Amino acid sequence: MIASVPAPLLRFDGVRIETSGRSGSAPQTLLEGLSFEIGAGEFVAVVGESGSGKTLAARAILSLLPSGVRQSAGRIELEGRDLTQLGTLELRKVRGAQIGMVFQEPMVSLNPAITIERQLAEGMRLHRQLSGDEIRQRSVAMLERVRIADPACCLKSYPHEFSGGMRQRIMLASVLLLQPKLLIADEPTTALDTLSQREVLELMVELARDNGTAVLLITHDLGLVARYTERAIVLEKGRLMESGPTGQILSNPRNPYTRRLVESLPRGRADLAAVPITAPTVLEVRKVCIEYPGRLGLFRPGIPKRVVHGVDLEVRAGEIVAVVGASGSGKSTLGRAVLGLKPLAAGTVRFNGVDLSRMSAAQRRQFRRSAQLVFQDPYSSLDPRLRVRDIVAATLRHADDLHATEKRARVQAILEEVGLASFADRFPHQMSGGQRQRVAIARAVVSRPRLVVADEPVSALDVTIQQQVLALLQKLQSQYGFACLFITHDLAVVRQIAARVIVMSGGVVVEEGLVSSVFRNPGNKYTRELLEATPALHVAAPPR
Amino acid sequence: MSLRLRHAGLNAILGMALVGALLLTIGIGLCWMPYDPLAIDLAHPLGPPAWSHWFGTDEFGRDVLSRSMLGARISVLIALATVSVAIALGTTLGLLAGYLRGWTDRLLMMVTDAVLAFPGILLALALIAVLGSSNGSIILALATAYTPSVVRVVRGTVLSIREREFIEASRSAGDSALATIVRHILPNILPPVVVLATSLFGWAMLSESALSFLGVGVPPPAPTWGNMLSASRPYMDVAGWLSIVPGLCIAGTLLGINLLGDALRDWLDPRRQS
Repeated sequence: MIASVPAPLLRFDGVRIETSGRSGSAPQTLLEGLSFEIGAGEFVAVVGESGSGKTLAARAILSLLPSGVRQSAGRIELEGRDLTQLGTLELRKVRGAQIGMVFQEPMVSLNPAITIERQLAEGMRLHRQLSGDEIRQRSVAMLERVRIADPACCLKSYPHEFSGGMRQRIMLASVLLLQPKLLIADEPTTALDTLSQREVLELMVELARDNGTAVLLITHDLGLVARYTERAIVLEKGRLMESGPTGQILSNPRNPYTRRLVESLPRGRADLAAVPITAPTVLEVRKVCIEYPGRLGLFRPGIPKRVVHGVDLEVRAGEIVAVVGASGSGKSTLGRAVLGLKPLAAGTVRFNGVDLSRMSAAQRRQFRRSAQLVFQDPYSSLDPRLRVRDIVAATLRHADDLHATEKRARVQAILEEVGLASFADRFPHQMSGGQRQRVAIARAVVSRPRLVVADEPVSALDVTIQQQVLALLQKLQSQYGFACLFITHDLAVVRQIAARVIVMSGGVVVEEGLVSSVFRNPGNKYTRELLEATPALHVAAPPR
Repeated sequence: MSLRLRHAGLNAILGMALVGALLLTIGIGLCWMPYDPLAIDLAHPLGPPAWSHWFGTDEFGRDVLSRSMLGARISVLIALATVSVAIALGTTLGLLAGYLRGWTDRLLMMVTDAVLAFPGILLALALIAVLGSSNGSIILALATAYTPSVVRVVRGTVLSIREREFIEASRSAGDSALATIVRHILPNILPPVVVLATSLFGWAMLSESALSFLGVGVPPPAPTWGNMLSASRPYMDVAGWLSIVPGLCIAGTLLGINLLGDALRDWLDPRRQS
C-alpha cells in the first residue's frame, strides 16, 4: 500500500460470488467481477432488483453468505485489510464493531425472547470494555437519539411491544451504539409504510453523519437513492451496470438498464380524467364502522377495538378510486368489509344499490362473482397445491350459467390476456412474483366483475415489474370497465392509476377528492406529511 | 440436486421393499404357515434356530416363525386401525377447532388438553378395564389416547393456513366453508398429518406391546410382536432369538412405514415435482 494515498474505507476488487455447485452441477455465477470503493463517511447506494446480487454483495463484506454460496475470487478490503482472508476470530472483531448491519425485516431481526436492554448491551459487552452503568447510560442516550419516547421503560420491554418503524429505529440504535465505520442497511425500510420509512431513514442519515459512519444503502427504490445517497452503484443479474454520483445516474443514465429502471418509476402523468358523474354508482359505503374482537380474557369477553370509524365513500362504474394511508389506518380492513369478508359494526355497504346485509342467497351468489379481490402478497394468495388453471377457474366454480367448456375457454382467454397462456399447468412456486400477481389479477377478472378491490397489489414487487402489473390492471380495467378500489400506501402509484383519492388515517377519512387537486393542494396536515414523505426523483438533493 | 433426488428415490424404494415384504409375509401367513402357531410342544422348549425351526421355538416349544407371521397380521391390523381412527377423528376435530375458532375451539381444546393430561398408557388401561380386553377395545383405547395429539397438530396447521390469503380468495369466490376446507385446507395440512401418521403407527405398535406386557393387550395365546417381545424377557440370556425376531420385525416395519410416509409426503408436494 502506498502511504501517501489513504486507502478507501471499503474496496471491492473483482469480487465473484457463485453457488458452490455441489453434487455435480456446474457452479452458477451470482455476482461477477464487482469492483467499487466507498470513502470514509460516504453515503452509497447499491441499486438493483431481486436477483441482482445486491444483498449477496453486502453479505460478502462480513462473510455472511448463505450456505451453498461462496466467494470464489476477488478481495474485499476494509481500510486496506482484506476481509476475506480473516479468520473467524478476527472477523468477529470486525462484525458489529467496525461494520454494522441493519436488516430488512424489523419484525424478525430483533430476538423476541429478550429485552431491548439486553439486545442493546450485547454488542457493547462483546466489543467494548464498559461497566454496566456506562452501558445503560449509553443505551438510554442512544434510544433518546432515535426518538423512542420513554427510553428507560423501553429498555425493559420486549420487541413485540413496538411497531415496525420503532423496531427498526431500535435496531438502528443497537448497531450505531458501537459507532461502526460502515453501516450496511439492507432494504431497511421496505417493510415500512411511507411515514415510518422517512422517519427511520432521516434518523439513519443524521446519526451516521454525526458519527462519521459511511452508509451502504441497499435498495430497489430509486426515490430513496435520490434522497439519501451521494453515489449509486447499479447492479443487474450480478453485473455492475453503472456507478457514479447519484444525481448524474438518475438524471442522465447512460446504461440502458439504468434508463429502464429510472423510466419505470411511477411519476405524475397527465392527470387522469374523472369519470362522469352520471355513471352509475357501483359501491356505496355509508357510515361504516368495523371492529376487531379484543383479546379475550379467561373469564370476560374482550373489549372490541374499533379500527374504522364512520367511513363514507362511493365508487362509480369504470372508476379507479385509490385509498391511501399508513399501515394501521384501516384501509385494508375497509377493503375486506366492502366485499362482505369482514362484518360491519355499524353502517351499510350497498352494491349496485342493494344492501349487502339484506341480500338474498341468489343475490349474494351473484355479488360474489361481481365483486373480486386482488391481494398484496402473491406468495400467500395462491393455493400452493393447485395449478394456475385451477386457481383461476375457482372463481367460476359457482357460475352455474356457464358450461364447463365455456369456463375453460374463459380461463384460457384471460390467461392469454395476462400473458400467461403457456403457464396454465404450472404451480405457483414455479413462477416469479410478478407472474403470480398476474395470476391473481386473472383470477379476479375472469368472472367479469363489476368491482375489483385491489389491496396493495404491487407493493411486494420490483419497480419494473410494478409497472407491468399496473399497466396490465389498467388495460383490463379499461377493457372490461369494472370499478376499482385501489388500496395502497404509495402516492406515486396513486397518481399513475387513479383519478380520485381517499386519504385515511386512524380509521377515518381525512381527505377526499380528485388526485390532481389533492396532490397539488392538500387540505389536510396528514396528507401533506404523506406527500412530503414520498420520495421522488425531483427531490434529488444530496443529504448534506 | 440430482444426487438428492436419487437419494430420496432410494429411500422410497427401500420403504416400499420393507412394506412389501411385510404384506407378503401377512399374505403367505393367511394360506400357509410352517407350523400351527398355537401348537405347544413341551418336548422342545427354547430350541435355537435350526432347519426344522428357522427362528427357533419359544418357552412352550411353539414355532417362532409361525408366531411372527400370525403376529404380523394382528400387530399391523391393530396399529393400522388405531392410526386410522386417531387420524380421522383428530383431523376432523382439529379442522373444526382451527377453522371455526371461538367457542368450538375452546371447548375442543379443553377436552383434548384434559385427555393429554393423562399418560396415554394409563388412559388406555382405564378404558380397557371398562371395555374388557379385546382387539376392538385395544384399538379404541389407543386411538383415544392418540387423537388429542393429532387434534393439536392439525389445529395449529389450520390456524396458520386459514390466515393465508388464498383462503380469503376462496371465500370471496363464494365457496362454502365446507368447500374451502376440503379444497384448500385439507390438501395443505396433508404433509404434517402424513408424518404424524407414520410416527403414530410406530407408537401404536409399541403401546400395544406395552399393554400386552401389562397383561391387558391381545390376550394369549394369540401372538403379537408386542406380546412375543414381552414374553421373551425372562429368556433373553438363554434364548436371544425370542427377543431378536419380533424386535427386528417391529424395527423393519417402522422403518418401512416411515420411509414410505416421507416418500408419500414428497410425492404429494407439488414443489418436489419438476
